[in-house]
Amino acid sequence: MGMTITEKILAEHAGLKEVQPGELISARVDLALGNDITAPLAIKEFRKIGARRVFDPEKIALIPDHFVPSRDIKSAELSKLLREFSREHGILHYYEIGEAGIEHALLPEKGIVLPGDLVIGADSHTCTYGALGAFSTGVGSTDLAAVMITGEIWLKVPESMKFIYYGKRKRWVYGKDLILFTIGDISVDGALYKAMEFTGEAILSLKMSDRFAMANMAVEAGAKNGIFAPDEETLQYVKGRARRPFKCYQSDTDANYCEIKEYDVSRIEPQVAFPHLPSNVKGISEVGNIPIDQVFIGSCTNGWIEDLRIAAEILKGRRKAPYLRLIIIPSTPEIYNQALQEGLIDIFLQAGAVIGPPTCGPCLGGHMGVLAKGERAIATTNRNFIGRMGDPGSEVYLSNPAIAAASSILGRIGSPEELGL
Amino acid sequence: MFLKGRAHTFGDNIDTDIIIPARYLNTTDPSELAIHCMEGIDPDFPKKVSSGDIIVAGENFGCGSSREHAPVSIKACGISCIIAKSFARIFYRNAFNLGLPLLESKEAPDNIETGDLVEVDLPGGKIVNITKGMAFSIKPIPSFMLELLEADGLMAYIKKKMG
Ligand code: SF4
Repeated sequence: MGMTITEKILAEHAGLKEVQPGELISARVDLALGNDITAPLAIKEFRKIGARRVFDPEKIALIPDHFVPSRDIKSAELSKLLREFSREHGILHYYEIGEAGIEHALLPEKGIVLPGDLVIGADSHTCTYGALGAFSTGVGSTDLAAVMITGEIWLKVPESMKFIYYGKRKRWVYGKDLILFTIGDISVDGALYKAMEFTGEAILSLKMSDRFAMANMAVEAGAKNGIFAPDEETLQYVKGRARRPFKCYQSDTDANYCEIKEYDVSRIEPQVAFPHLPSNVKGISEVGNIPIDQVFIGSCTNGWIEDLRIAAEILKGRRKAPYLRLIIIPSTPEIYNQALQEGLIDIFLQAGAVIGPPTCGPCLGGHMGVLAKGERAIATTNRNFIGRMGDPGSEVYLSNPAIAAASSILGRIGSPEELGL
Repeated sequence: MFLKGRAHTFGDNIDTDIIIPARYLNTTDPSELAIHCMEGIDPDFPKKVSSGDIIVAGENFGCGSSREHAPVSIKACGISCIIAKSFARIFYRNAFNLGLPLLESKEAPDNIETGDLVEVDLPGGKIVNITKGMAFSIKPIPSFMLELLEADGLMAYIKKKMG
């Protein structure tokens, strides 16, 4: 019986010839990740049971990205705990701000996660690395503590759902729109406990940034992981970043899927997720007149250089609407610097944008753009739950960077086409 | 393991931003987190809970962020277990890792109202709504999860195995 790419990676890491969905396994971890919010809880558990050493200081990444530069004293204490633990245990992948960025952009960028890896992270969007053909999933802080000690994790092998995308994408339609459309179709628990395997001819033309955005939001459909089989595009991205061997897996042609979904992408228009669920999507043509107070372009979903280029294409020579805040945050220092070199930061400043340092910032309502009661924002982030970006009485709409940039000029949710682009 | 308490009911898709908003994640202290439990939809929730009470909810409870602060704040409020039609994956792991039992039942949530006295027989896999005199069976808890509960959480379980 053939196996899916997810089953193959899990079998390999559990030392088994094959695995079946539903099977409980103990799997070897290639990389364990924590951040300034989730790692402190893990470090406390680690120390509480008297653990002395981490399983492998080169296979742990601790990244300050959520509440940095420290937004208050308590957050400073969390970062301090992360810093001291990393120094104490010689954690290889600890980066201070200035080199650190949002974890899910930084790890692929620095070649820390690679195709074929099994990656466990104390952050629900750890599934992002599935875009590289890795099995990666989010867990809690106690799980992270256990992995930091044992280097292993117990997992139930998920059933796999196959998503086939065919046809040619329209203008201003990106990976973000494909995943929003998919979540709109299957709902926020449509892939509960399952693996989402993204395939199809339309996937081959997607850049890595599009694939990262799609895998990133697998968790928004309840999935355990989202995954793409590595191809030329993946190898192109990984070449020059990888500093250790890696393995490319493919699903067998006779692998078993619990469900197969097909989408003709040529019929998908840019999507907008309305409050308060990522599944509450509409096409841009059905959005109507929705004035907005803030636009945020960034986050681990869409803060890549490609996303900033899309935004700049629209903002070039234009100005944001009055009484509206446009916040743009490159996800890593390398992306920030690339944007500087390409003149994108200049375009953003001319358009009246505020440029933030690499941090999660307003995405989770932490800092750098929190919303007041009654305010409305459109963002390139991945969640629009009640109070996600601030007061429970505020609203968040999700979209791709083109829609977000156009909306900042129009002062309401709209498309670049309305600007003659 | 028998648990008995008053029910507090919620709907579907109760995400962890609702359970504990991110602005409170700059602390790991359970008693501080308990103060803000469910603040996203019911800021008075912690005041309504007495020790041993039970949360009863619909589908996909605990979806969204992996923040373990969510089950930590619920447990610190005095909630003894959660009954729901289904649970999000990471929340499911986190709760058992902390020794907070979760019970899946498609029927029970539709037949329990806030204030009902509910009793849960974990090993026997039964939920009883004492107020309405109704009983429901639950999806059996995987043995590994029961082991975690008996060891009162993953870390204690690992400490035992570390010897
Ligand atoms: S950018 Fe948002 S979704 Fe991504 S890791 Fe940060 S808070 Fe989470």
